[in-house]
Amino acid sequence: MKELVVISGKGGTGKTSVTASFAALAGRAVLADCDVDAADLHLLLRPDIRRRESFHAGHAAVIRRASCTGCGACAAACRFDAIRAADGGTFRVDAAGCEGCGVCVRVCPAQAVDFPERVAGEWYVSDTRHGPMVHARLEPGGENSGKLVARVREEARAVGRAAGYDWLLVDGPPGIGCPVIASLTGASRVLVVTEPTLSGAHDLERVLGLARHFNVPALVCVNKWDINPAQTEAIERRVSALGARLAGRIRYDRAATQALLAGRSIVEGPPGEAAADLRALWNAVTNDVRKER
Amino acid sequence: MSSFTVAIASGKGGTGKTTVAVNLAALLAERGVAVQYLDGDVEEPNGHLFLKPALETSEAVGLPVPVIDADKCTACGRCAEVCEFNALVVLKRAMVFPELCHGCGGCVTACPAGAIREEPRAVGVVETGRAGAILFAQGRMNVGEAMAPPVIRALKRARADGALVLLDTPPGTACPVVAAARDADYVLLVTEPTPFGLHDLRLAVELMRRLERPFGVVINRAGSGDDAVNRFCREAHIPVLAEIPDDRAAAEAYSRGELMNGLPGFQQALDRLSERILSEMSEKVRA
Repeated sequence: MKELVVISGKGGTGKTSVTASFAALAGRAVLADCDVDAADLHLLLRPDIRRRESFHAGHAAVIRRASCTGCGACAAACRFDAIRAADGGTFRVDAAGCEGCGVCVRVCPAQAVDFPERVAGEWYVSDTRHGPMVHARLEPGGENSGKLVARVREEARAVGRAAGYDWLLVDGPPGIGCPVIASLTGASRVLVVTEPTLSGAHDLERVLGLARHFNVPALVCVNKWDINPAQTEAIERRVSALGARLAGRIRYDRAATQALLAGRSIVEGPPGEAAADLRALWNAVTNDVRKER
Repeated sequence: MSSFTVAIASGKGGTGKTTVAVNLAALLAERGVAVQYLDGDVEEPNGHLFLKPALETSEAVGLPVPVIDADKCTACGRCAEVCEFNALVVLKRAMVFPELCHGCGGCVTACPAGAIREEPRAVGVVETGRAGAILFAQGRMNVGEAMAPPVIRALKRARADGALVLLDTPPGTACPVVAAARDADYVLLVTEPTPFGLHDLRLAVELMRRLERPFGVVINRAGSGDDAVNRFCREAHIPVLAEIPDDRAAAEAYSRGELMNGLPGFQQALDRLSERILSEMSEKVRA
């Protein structure tokens, strides 16, 4: 099974639109949404959830008010500024700041700090019109998004292997941090979707640096390239120096927005320039992946 | 005198956080407000492309990670036992996986042999400078690092006393956004009028409610999609502070790394926003 991960560095460049179109074009594919803290692929693929599992990861400190003597040892030991003064000279844990390290649990002389497991989110195995899909929802503000991403990919691989699928298509998160690293390690290819802006060009450099760091061969496409043709060309000229290959361009097309507003992928929407470009892009990507590097 | 921090956040990426933040900084500075722009999107910081600051200082962000003194280590395994992040493994002696370490210091105090000390590991950099009258600071996480929060926390320590701080945050709703926005005095949630924009706005709203932050919504590219975001805000009693009209000229200026000086619809929306922020700030000062 070939695994293609769609990422971007900069957010909002069109990862999910591209992934959903590829899902429609691939015929037989397993789909995974690894943008677990702002997952949108389900809005286009409308999955029927078959299996739902809660995801526990890490712990969170909670101070029992009644047992707290107010000595402040926890606040002094916490390096994440997560412990605050509370009423009556006691202390409380600000859940948003708690990193789950457990240092306060051990330093508390009154054993007043509990350390329950944290519910970090949920993940799902679903059916869509284009194949099975594994996706998730991180609790807002959740830690451990990288671990949830790893779980989503593992399950998607298992589903794909069991049913003999050719492709695993992964909608990745923006940025270059832990959920991105968890999305791309060991993949056959990453496709970086960028845009012809100074920000897009700047972020592309960093995300291709990440792909090189983890030895994943990278392809690049410029979305809405005709917004700024000069910037598109500047980006395209940089691609090989950054160790990647060009896979194509997608034109700016109002029909694409119309398709998204109707809850469809671009290639399933009204015919248009972006839909045609996406078909060409999918051909280029599949040819590149089949060639093996 | 402390500062007043406005975090600019979004849920969905690419909705215009940086556009709003840098243009707001420019507008407020022009009006004589002491303003500081902080780029907290440390994985992909872009504010500098628009503000073109002269950088004056650069400081590495070090995360304290354990170093084992092999002569003292008895391989008792206590450090690995207390480490919640699996950053220590003990076989014949303790071994450290620095990239997994969150820098909590738990192993140092737990080691009965006193065999663990800490050394800073560079995970990023905080740079400060000036863009005209705007005070500027940005965090940059090193490529290949997994954790943005330590860099964001270091950046926030560069906040200028007495300034109105505009803090550009990373997209999403995970721990980097929390690290950036958890103590903000006010939060602007920038979204776009599409199903993706609405869906991720709902998540961002849920997060801000959990963090108990006051917030309002800015709709960017208004008119390019549908009115579902407006409806959601009305029904949930969330103030829509400004609507920035969809404008190809704005997209082109953005693509070149330019500020939106003189685009009329944009200017109007920004005026409204800056008034709202200044009134939030003066309310806090009075309180």
